[in-house]
Amino acid sequence: MSGPWQWQVFLQKYDGEHTYLSWLMSAWGWTLMVALSALAVALVVGSLVGIARTTPMRWLVLLGEAWTELFRNIPLLVQVFLWYYALPAALPILQAVPGFLMVVFALGFYTSARISEQVKAGIQTLPTGQRYAGLALGLTLPQTYRYVLLPRAFRILVPPLTSEAMTIVKNSSVAFAVSIPELTMFAMQAQEETSRGVEVYLAVTALYFISSFTIGRLAMVVERKLRVPGMVGGKA
Amino acid sequence: MNLDFSYLDWGIVSNFLVKGLRFSFELTVISMLGGTFIGTLLAMMRLSSRRWISLVAAVYVDTFRSIPLVMVILWFFLLIPMLTGRAMGAELSATITFTVFEAAYYAEIMRAGIQSIPRGQMAAGYAVGMSYTQCMRLVVLPQALRNMLPLLLTQTVILFQDTSLVYAIGAYDLLKGFEIAGKNFNRPIETYLVAAVVYFAICFGLSTVVRRLQKKIRIVR
Repeated sequence: MSGPWQWQVFLQKYDGEHTYLSWLMSAWGWTLMVALSALAVALVVGSLVGIARTTPMRWLVLLGEAWTELFRNIPLLVQVFLWYYALPAALPILQAVPGFLMVVFALGFYTSARISEQVKAGIQTLPTGQRYAGLALGLTLPQTYRYVLLPRAFRILVPPLTSEAMTIVKNSSVAFAVSIPELTMFAMQAQEETSRGVEVYLAVTALYFISSFTIGRLAMVVERKLRVPGMVGGKA
Repeated sequence: MNLDFSYLDWGIVSNFLVKGLRFSFELTVISMLGGTFIGTLLAMMRLSSRRWISLVAAVYVDTFRSIPLVMVILWFFLLIPMLTGRAMGAELSATITFTVFEAAYYAEIMRAGIQSIPRGQMAAGYAVGMSYTQCMRLVVLPQALRNMLPLLLTQTVILFQDTSLVYAIGAYDLLKGFEIAGKNFNRPIETYLVAAVVYFAICFGLSTVVRRLQKKIRIVR
Protein backbone atom coordinates (compact mmCIF):
# COMPACT_ATOMS: atom_id res chain seq x y z
CA MET A 1 0.00 0.00 0.00
CA SER A 2 1.32 3.42 -0.85
CA GLY A 3 0.35 7.05 -0.98
CA PRO A 4 -1.57 9.09 1.54
CA TRP A 5 -4.92 7.81 0.30
CA GLN A 6 -5.71 4.19 0.81
CA TRP A 7 -9.09 3.72 -0.73
CA GLN A 8 -8.34 0.03 -1.19
CA VAL A 9 -9.27 -0.23 2.47
CA PHE A 10 -12.82 -0.72 1.26
CA LEU A 11 -11.78 -3.89 -0.54
CA GLN A 12 -10.41 -5.46 2.63
CA LYS A 13 -12.53 -8.14 4.16
CA TYR A 14 -13.74 -7.46 7.69
CA ASP A 15 -14.84 -11.00 8.47
CA GLY A 16 -12.82 -12.96 5.93
CA GLU A 17 -15.75 -13.04 3.57
CA HIS A 18 -17.36 -9.63 3.03
CA THR A 19 -15.63 -6.39 2.12
CA TYR A 20 -15.93 -3.09 3.97
CA LEU A 21 -17.56 -1.76 0.81
CA SER A 22 -20.42 -4.20 1.10
CA TRP A 23 -20.74 -3.34 4.80
CA LEU A 24 -20.82 0.36 3.87
CA MET A 25 -23.61 -0.23 1.38
CA SER A 26 -25.66 -2.24 3.85
CA ALA A 27 -25.11 0.54 6.42
CA TRP A 28 -26.42 3.04 3.90
CA GLY A 29 -29.47 0.85 3.45
CA TRP A 30 -30.03 0.85 7.23
CA THR A 31 -29.73 4.64 7.37
CA LEU A 32 -32.29 5.06 4.60
CA MET A 33 -34.60 2.48 6.12
CA VAL A 34 -34.51 4.07 9.57
CA ALA A 35 -34.92 7.56 8.14
CA LEU A 36 -37.73 6.79 5.70
CA SER A 37 -39.72 4.64 8.14
CA ALA A 38 -39.35 7.30 10.83
CA LEU A 39 -40.42 9.93 8.30
CA ALA A 40 -43.58 7.97 7.59
CA VAL A 41 -44.36 7.74 11.33
CA ALA A 42 -43.54 11.42 11.80
CA LEU A 43 -45.70 12.58 8.88
CA VAL A 44 -48.76 10.63 10.04
CA VAL A 45 -48.46 11.43 13.75
CA GLY A 46 -47.22 14.99 13.17
CA SER A 47 -50.12 15.77 10.81
CA LEU A 48 -52.69 14.39 13.25
CA VAL A 49 -51.20 16.32 16.17
CA GLY A 50 -50.88 19.48 14.07
CA ILE A 51 -54.49 19.21 12.93
CA ALA A 52 -55.63 18.57 16.51
CA ARG A 53 -53.99 21.81 17.58
CA THR A 54 -56.10 23.82 15.11
CA THR A 55 -59.50 22.32 15.97
CA PRO A 56 -62.06 24.22 18.06
CA MET A 57 -61.97 21.40 20.65
CA ARG A 58 -60.03 22.67 23.63
CA TRP A 59 -59.03 19.28 25.01
CA LEU A 60 -57.67 18.23 21.62
CA VAL A 61 -55.67 21.44 21.36
CA LEU A 62 -54.21 20.93 24.83
CA LEU A 63 -53.41 17.31 24.09
CA GLY A 64 -51.62 18.34 20.90
CA GLU A 65 -49.68 21.08 22.67
CA ALA A 66 -48.64 18.68 25.43
CA TRP A 67 -47.50 16.09 22.87
CA THR A 68 -45.43 18.66 21.02
CA GLU A 69 -43.78 20.09 24.14
CA LEU A 70 -43.02 16.63 25.50
CA PHE A 71 -41.31 15.28 22.40
CA ARG A 72 -39.60 18.52 21.50
CA ASN A 73 -37.92 19.24 24.81
CA ILE A 74 -36.10 15.97 25.44
CA PRO A 75 -32.88 15.37 23.48
CA LEU A 76 -33.32 12.82 20.71
CA LEU A 77 -30.56 10.64 22.11
CA VAL A 78 -32.31 10.39 25.49
CA GLN A 79 -35.57 9.52 23.74
CA VAL A 80 -33.80 6.78 21.79
CA PHE A 81 -32.47 5.31 25.06
CA LEU A 82 -35.94 5.44 26.60
CA TRP A 83 -37.53 3.64 23.66
CA TYR A 84 -34.76 1.10 23.35
CA TYR A 85 -34.11 0.26 27.03
CA ALA A 86 -36.89 1.62 29.23
CA LEU A 87 -40.04 0.82 27.24
CA PRO A 88 -39.32 -2.90 26.68
CA ALA A 89 -38.53 -3.19 30.40
CA ALA A 90 -41.83 -1.53 31.29
CA LEU A 91 -43.93 -3.49 28.78
CA PRO A 92 -42.44 -6.97 28.37
CA ILE A 93 -44.59 -7.52 25.29
CA LEU A 94 -42.36 -4.99 23.50
CA GLN A 95 -39.32 -7.18 24.02
CA ALA A 96 -40.32 -9.11 20.93
CA VAL A 97 -40.20 -5.92 18.84
CA PRO A 98 -36.89 -5.53 17.00
CA GLY A 99 -34.69 -2.71 18.27
CA PHE A 100 -34.72 -1.17 14.82
CA LEU A 101 -38.45 -0.46 15.14
CA MET A 102 -38.03 1.11 18.56
CA VAL A 103 -35.50 3.54 17.08
CA VAL A 104 -37.88 4.27 14.20
CA PHE A 105 -40.59 5.22 16.69
CA ALA A 106 -38.18 7.28 18.78
CA LEU A 107 -37.04 9.26 15.75
CA GLY A 108 -40.56 9.39 14.29
CA PHE A 109 -42.25 10.71 17.45
CA TYR A 110 -39.44 13.21 18.05
CA THR A 111 -39.85 14.54 14.51
CA SER A 112 -43.65 14.46 14.79
CA ALA A 113 -43.39 17.31 17.31
CA ARG A 114 -41.53 19.43 14.77
CA ILE A 115 -43.91 18.48 11.97
CA SER A 116 -46.96 19.27 14.09
CA GLU A 117 -45.60 22.81 14.45
CA GLN A 118 -45.30 23.12 10.68
CA VAL A 119 -48.73 21.63 10.02
CA LYS A 120 -50.35 23.90 12.59
CA ALA A 121 -48.65 26.96 11.07
CA GLY A 122 -49.65 25.82 7.57
CA ILE A 123 -53.32 25.52 8.49
CA GLN A 124 -53.25 28.82 10.33
CA THR A 125 -51.89 30.71 7.34
CA LEU A 126 -55.13 29.95 5.49
CA PRO A 127 -57.75 32.69 5.84
CA THR A 128 -60.26 31.78 8.60
CA GLY A 129 -63.01 32.56 6.11
CA GLN A 130 -62.23 29.28 4.33
CA ARG A 131 -63.04 27.26 7.42
CA TYR A 132 -66.28 29.19 7.95
CA ALA A 133 -67.21 28.90 4.28
CA GLY A 134 -66.81 25.13 4.52
CA LEU A 135 -68.90 24.91 7.66
CA ALA A 136 -71.52 27.31 6.26
CA LEU A 137 -71.92 25.04 3.23
CA GLY A 138 -72.96 22.32 5.62
CA LEU A 139 -69.73 20.34 5.61
CA THR A 140 -68.90 18.69 8.91
CA LEU A 141 -65.65 19.67 10.62
CA PRO A 142 -63.77 16.59 9.34
CA GLN A 143 -65.12 17.27 5.85
CA THR A 144 -63.99 20.90 6.04
CA TYR A 145 -60.49 19.68 6.87
CA ARG A 146 -60.56 16.95 4.23
CA TYR A 147 -61.88 19.00 1.30
CA VAL A 148 -61.06 22.63 2.11
CA LEU A 149 -58.21 23.18 4.54
CA LEU A 150 -55.80 20.26 4.19
CA PRO A 151 -55.46 20.21 0.38
CA ARG A 152 -54.25 23.81 0.50
CA ALA A 153 -52.26 23.56 3.71
CA PHE A 154 -50.23 20.57 2.55
CA ARG A 155 -49.24 22.30 -0.65
CA ILE A 156 -47.90 25.22 1.34
CA LEU A 157 -46.15 22.71 3.59
CA VAL A 158 -44.05 20.94 0.96
CA PRO A 159 -40.92 23.10 1.42
CA PRO A 160 -40.77 22.94 5.25
CA LEU A 161 -41.60 19.23 5.18
CA THR A 162 -38.79 18.73 2.69
CA SER A 163 -36.31 20.22 5.08
CA GLU A 164 -37.71 17.98 7.83
CA ALA A 165 -37.14 14.98 5.55
CA MET A 166 -33.54 16.05 5.03
CA THR A 167 -33.10 16.62 8.77
CA ILE A 168 -34.44 13.17 9.61
CA VAL A 169 -31.70 11.55 7.49
CA LYS A 170 -29.13 13.45 9.52
CA ASN A 171 -30.89 12.70 12.81
CA SER A 172 -31.03 8.99 12.03
CA SER A 173 -27.32 9.00 12.88
CA VAL A 174 -28.17 8.86 16.61
CA ALA A 175 -29.20 5.23 16.05
CA PHE A 176 -25.49 4.41 16.42
CA ALA A 177 -25.95 4.77 20.19
CA VAL A 178 -28.08 1.62 20.36
CA SER A 179 -25.94 -0.28 17.83
CA ILE A 180 -28.19 -0.11 14.79
CA PRO A 181 -25.70 -0.95 11.99
CA GLU A 182 -26.28 2.32 10.09
CA LEU A 183 -23.74 4.69 8.53
CA THR A 184 -22.47 6.38 11.69
CA MET A 185 -22.09 3.06 13.46
CA PHE A 186 -20.18 1.79 10.42
CA ALA A 187 -17.98 4.90 10.47
CA MET A 188 -17.04 4.36 14.11
CA GLN A 189 -16.37 0.65 13.81
CA ALA A 190 -14.59 0.66 10.46
CA GLN A 191 -12.43 3.58 11.63
CA GLU A 192 -11.40 1.60 14.68
CA GLU A 193 -10.68 -1.61 12.79
CA THR A 194 -8.87 -0.21 9.76
CA SER A 195 -7.32 2.99 11.20
CA ARG A 196 -8.21 4.61 7.87
CA GLY A 197 -10.54 7.13 9.48
CA VAL A 198 -10.33 9.80 6.81
CA GLU A 199 -11.29 7.49 3.95
CA VAL A 200 -14.06 5.87 5.98
CA TYR A 201 -15.51 9.18 7.21
CA LEU A 202 -15.30 10.72 3.73
CA ALA A 203 -17.26 7.86 2.22
CA VAL A 204 -19.90 8.01 4.95
CA THR A 205 -20.20 11.79 4.75
CA ALA A 206 -20.57 11.58 0.98
CA LEU A 207 -23.43 9.08 1.34
CA TYR A 208 -25.21 11.38 3.81
CA PHE A 209 -24.80 14.20 1.27
CA ILE A 210 -26.17 12.09 -1.56
CA SER A 211 -29.14 10.95 0.52
CA SER A 212 -30.15 14.46 1.58
CA PHE A 213 -29.56 15.86 -1.89
CA THR A 214 -31.70 13.19 -3.51
CA ILE A 215 -34.55 13.79 -1.07
CA GLY A 216 -34.29 17.53 -1.73
CA ARG A 217 -34.48 16.92 -5.49
CA LEU A 218 -37.45 14.54 -5.20
CA ALA A 219 -39.28 17.08 -3.07
CA MET A 220 -38.67 19.78 -5.70
CA VAL A 221 -40.43 17.60 -8.26
CA VAL A 222 -43.34 17.03 -5.87
CA GLU A 223 -43.53 20.74 -5.16
CA ARG A 224 -43.65 21.66 -8.83
CA LYS A 225 -46.42 19.12 -9.43
CA LEU A 226 -48.53 20.35 -6.51
CA ARG A 227 -48.05 24.09 -6.76
CA VAL A 228 -51.24 26.12 -6.48
CA PRO A 229 -51.70 28.27 -9.58
CA GLY A 230 -51.88 31.94 -8.76
CA MET A 231 -49.86 31.66 -5.54
CA VAL A 232 -46.39 33.19 -5.30
CA GLY A 233 -44.07 30.92 -7.27
CA GLY A 234 -46.98 29.08 -8.86
CA LYS A 235 -48.15 29.10 -12.44
CA ALA A 236 -49.86 32.31 -13.52
CA MET B 1 -41.52 -3.72 36.22
CA ASN B 2 -40.63 -2.25 39.58
CA LEU B 3 -39.23 1.21 39.40
CA ASP B 4 -37.02 2.00 42.33
CA PHE B 5 -35.86 5.55 42.70
CA SER B 6 -34.63 5.15 46.27
CA TYR B 7 -31.00 5.18 45.18
CA LEU B 8 -31.32 8.81 44.12
CA ASP B 9 -29.82 11.17 46.67
CA TRP B 10 -27.66 14.25 46.81
CA GLY B 11 -24.56 12.11 46.63
CA ILE B 12 -25.47 11.18 43.05
CA VAL B 13 -26.05 14.79 42.16
CA SER B 14 -22.70 15.96 43.53
CA ASN B 15 -20.71 12.90 42.43
CA PHE B 16 -22.01 12.39 38.92
CA LEU B 17 -24.35 15.10 37.72
CA VAL B 18 -22.81 18.43 38.69
CA LYS B 19 -19.67 17.81 36.66
CA GLY B 20 -21.69 16.74 33.60
CA LEU B 21 -24.22 19.55 33.91
CA ARG B 22 -21.46 22.11 34.21
CA PHE B 23 -19.81 20.81 31.03
CA SER B 24 -23.12 20.76 29.14
CA PHE B 25 -23.77 24.38 30.14
CA GLU B 26 -20.20 25.45 29.39
CA LEU B 27 -20.36 23.81 26.00
CA THR B 28 -23.70 25.50 25.29
CA VAL B 29 -22.60 28.98 26.37
CA ILE B 30 -19.17 28.90 24.71
CA SER B 31 -20.49 27.61 21.42
CA MET B 32 -23.42 30.02 21.53
CA LEU B 33 -21.11 33.02 21.98
CA GLY B 34 -18.39 31.75 19.64
CA GLY B 35 -20.94 30.48 17.15
CA THR B 36 -22.84 33.76 17.08
CA PHE B 37 -19.60 35.68 16.58
CA ILE B 38 -18.31 33.48 13.74
CA GLY B 39 -21.86 33.19 12.41
CA THR B 40 -22.19 36.98 12.21
CA LEU B 41 -18.93 37.22 10.28
CA LEU B 42 -20.15 34.44 7.95
CA ALA B 43 -23.46 36.22 7.45
CA MET B 44 -21.68 39.45 6.51
CA MET B 45 -19.44 37.48 4.12
CA ARG B 46 -22.47 35.75 2.64
CA LEU B 47 -24.03 39.14 1.89
CA SER B 48 -20.81 40.57 0.45
CA SER B 49 -20.95 41.86 -3.11
CA ARG B 50 -17.63 40.16 -3.83
CA ARG B 51 -18.57 36.79 -5.23
CA TRP B 52 -15.73 34.68 -3.90
CA ILE B 53 -16.22 35.94 -0.35
CA SER B 54 -19.91 35.09 -0.39
CA LEU B 55 -19.09 31.76 -2.03
CA VAL B 56 -16.68 30.80 0.77
CA ALA B 57 -19.35 31.56 3.38
CA ALA B 58 -22.01 29.70 1.42
CA VAL B 59 -19.85 26.59 1.13
CA TYR B 60 -19.05 26.71 4.86
CA VAL B 61 -22.69 27.07 5.89
CA ASP B 62 -24.11 24.54 3.44
CA THR B 63 -21.45 21.94 4.21
CA PHE B 64 -22.02 21.94 7.95
CA ARG B 65 -25.77 22.08 7.56
CA SER B 66 -25.83 18.95 5.44
CA ILE B 67 -23.67 16.69 7.65
CA PRO B 68 -25.08 15.03 10.77
CA LEU B 69 -23.67 16.62 13.91
CA VAL B 70 -22.49 13.23 15.18
CA MET B 71 -20.34 12.84 12.07
CA VAL B 72 -18.94 16.35 12.52
CA ILE B 73 -18.04 15.49 16.12
CA LEU B 74 -16.30 12.33 14.93
CA TRP B 75 -14.50 14.19 12.12
CA PHE B 76 -13.05 16.82 14.45
CA PHE B 77 -12.08 14.22 17.03
CA LEU B 78 -10.18 12.40 14.28
CA LEU B 79 -8.71 15.40 12.45
CA ILE B 80 -7.59 17.77 15.23
CA PRO B 81 -4.94 15.37 16.62
CA MET B 82 -3.89 14.50 13.03
CA LEU B 83 -3.31 18.15 12.18
CA THR B 84 -1.81 19.35 15.45
CA GLY B 85 0.11 16.15 16.16
CA ARG B 86 -1.13 16.12 19.76
CA ALA B 87 -3.91 14.19 21.43
CA MET B 88 -6.81 16.32 22.50
CA GLY B 89 -9.37 15.66 25.22
CA ALA B 90 -12.90 14.83 24.18
CA GLU B 91 -14.27 17.88 26.03
CA LEU B 92 -12.01 20.42 24.30
CA SER B 93 -12.53 18.73 20.94
CA ALA B 94 -16.30 18.90 21.46
CA THR B 95 -16.14 22.60 22.35
CA ILE B 96 -14.25 23.42 19.16
CA THR B 97 -16.59 21.25 17.09
CA PHE B 98 -19.77 22.79 18.47
CA THR B 99 -18.49 26.36 18.02
CA VAL B 100 -17.54 25.74 14.40
CA PHE B 101 -20.68 23.71 13.66
CA GLU B 102 -23.22 25.98 15.33
CA ALA B 103 -21.68 28.99 13.56
CA ALA B 104 -23.25 27.67 10.35
CA TYR B 105 -26.72 27.69 11.93
CA TYR B 106 -26.28 31.05 13.67
CA ALA B 107 -25.00 32.45 10.35
CA GLU B 108 -28.32 31.73 8.65
CA ILE B 109 -30.21 33.42 11.48
CA MET B 110 -27.93 36.47 11.41
CA ARG B 111 -28.21 36.67 7.64
CA ALA B 112 -31.98 36.89 7.94
CA GLY B 113 -31.49 39.46 10.71
CA ILE B 114 -29.23 41.68 8.64
CA GLN B 115 -31.56 41.39 5.68
CA SER B 116 -34.47 42.48 7.85
CA ILE B 117 -32.87 45.91 8.30
CA PRO B 118 -33.94 48.37 5.59
CA ARG B 119 -31.22 49.20 3.09
CA GLY B 120 -31.71 52.91 3.76
CA GLN B 121 -30.11 52.54 7.18
CA MET B 122 -26.84 51.46 5.61
CA ALA B 123 -27.08 54.38 3.17
CA ALA B 124 -27.84 56.75 6.03
CA GLY B 125 -24.76 55.49 7.84
CA TYR B 126 -22.56 56.06 4.79
CA ALA B 127 -24.15 59.50 4.31
CA VAL B 128 -23.04 60.67 7.75
CA GLY B 129 -19.53 59.51 6.92
CA MET B 130 -19.37 56.09 8.57
CA SER B 131 -17.23 53.30 7.15
CA TYR B 132 -18.71 49.86 6.34
CA THR B 133 -17.44 48.49 9.65
CA GLN B 134 -18.94 51.37 11.60
CA CYS B 135 -22.28 51.09 9.79
CA MET B 136 -22.43 47.39 10.59
CA ARG B 137 -21.22 47.65 14.17
CA LEU B 138 -23.17 50.72 15.21
CA VAL B 139 -26.31 50.65 13.07
CA VAL B 140 -27.18 47.34 11.45
CA LEU B 141 -25.88 44.60 13.79
CA PRO B 142 -27.40 45.93 17.04
CA GLN B 143 -30.83 45.96 15.42
CA ALA B 144 -30.31 42.63 13.67
CA LEU B 145 -29.25 41.02 16.95
CA ARG B 146 -32.28 42.39 18.73
CA ASN B 147 -34.68 41.27 16.02
CA MET B 148 -33.16 37.81 15.91
CA LEU B 149 -32.65 37.30 19.65
CA PRO B 150 -35.62 34.91 20.00
CA LEU B 151 -34.41 32.78 17.08
CA LEU B 152 -30.83 32.80 18.35
CA LEU B 153 -32.04 31.63 21.75
CA THR B 154 -34.33 28.98 20.25
CA GLN B 155 -31.30 27.68 18.38
CA THR B 156 -29.44 27.68 21.69
CA VAL B 157 -32.10 25.45 23.29
CA ILE B 158 -31.59 23.04 20.37
CA LEU B 159 -27.85 23.39 20.90
CA PHE B 160 -28.26 22.45 24.56
CA GLN B 161 -30.16 19.31 23.55
CA ASP B 162 -27.51 18.50 20.96
CA THR B 163 -24.72 18.62 23.54
CA SER B 164 -25.89 15.12 24.53
CA LEU B 165 -24.38 13.89 21.25
CA VAL B 166 -20.85 14.22 22.64
CA TYR B 167 -21.75 10.70 23.79
CA ALA B 168 -20.17 9.64 20.49
CA ILE B 169 -16.67 10.54 21.69
CA GLY B 170 -17.24 9.81 25.36
CA ALA B 171 -17.04 13.38 26.68
CA TYR B 172 -18.43 13.80 30.20
CA ASP B 173 -21.66 15.76 29.84
CA LEU B 174 -24.95 15.65 31.72
CA LEU B 175 -26.15 12.52 29.91
CA LYS B 176 -22.85 10.77 30.56
CA GLY B 177 -23.16 11.65 34.25
CA PHE B 178 -26.59 10.05 34.33
CA GLU B 179 -25.36 7.02 32.47
CA ILE B 180 -22.44 6.37 34.79
CA ALA B 181 -24.67 6.83 37.83
CA GLY B 182 -27.20 4.42 36.34
CA LYS B 183 -24.54 1.81 35.70
CA ASN B 184 -23.00 2.18 39.15
CA PHE B 185 -26.30 1.62 40.91
CA ASN B 186 -27.50 -0.89 38.34
CA ARG B 187 -30.60 1.23 37.76
CA PRO B 188 -30.16 2.31 34.11
CA ILE B 189 -33.87 2.61 33.31
CA GLU B 190 -34.80 4.81 36.24
CA THR B 191 -31.77 6.93 35.49
CA TYR B 192 -32.74 7.46 31.85
CA LEU B 193 -36.21 8.46 33.02
CA VAL B 194 -34.80 10.99 35.46
CA ALA B 195 -32.44 12.25 32.73
CA ALA B 196 -35.43 12.82 30.45
CA VAL B 197 -37.26 14.74 33.18
CA VAL B 198 -34.22 16.91 33.92
CA TYR B 199 -33.57 17.70 30.25
CA PHE B 200 -37.26 18.41 29.77
CA ALA B 201 -37.36 20.79 32.73
CA ILE B 202 -34.32 22.71 31.49
CA CYS B 203 -35.39 22.90 27.83
CA PHE B 204 -39.04 23.63 28.56
CA GLY B 205 -38.01 26.31 31.05
CA LEU B 206 -35.66 27.93 28.56
CA SER B 207 -38.22 27.83 25.72
CA THR B 208 -40.84 29.42 27.98
CA VAL B 209 -38.43 32.24 28.80
CA VAL B 210 -37.67 32.69 25.10
CA ARG B 211 -41.39 32.88 24.28
CA ARG B 212 -41.92 35.57 26.94
CA LEU B 213 -38.94 37.50 25.64
CA GLN B 214 -40.26 37.26 22.11
CA LYS B 215 -43.41 39.14 23.11
CA LYS B 216 -41.48 41.69 25.11
CA ILE B 217 -38.80 42.77 22.67
CA ARG B 218 -40.83 42.79 19.48
CA ILE B 219 -39.66 45.97 17.70
CA VAL B 220 -42.46 48.36 16.87
CA ARG B 221 -41.88 49.93 13.48
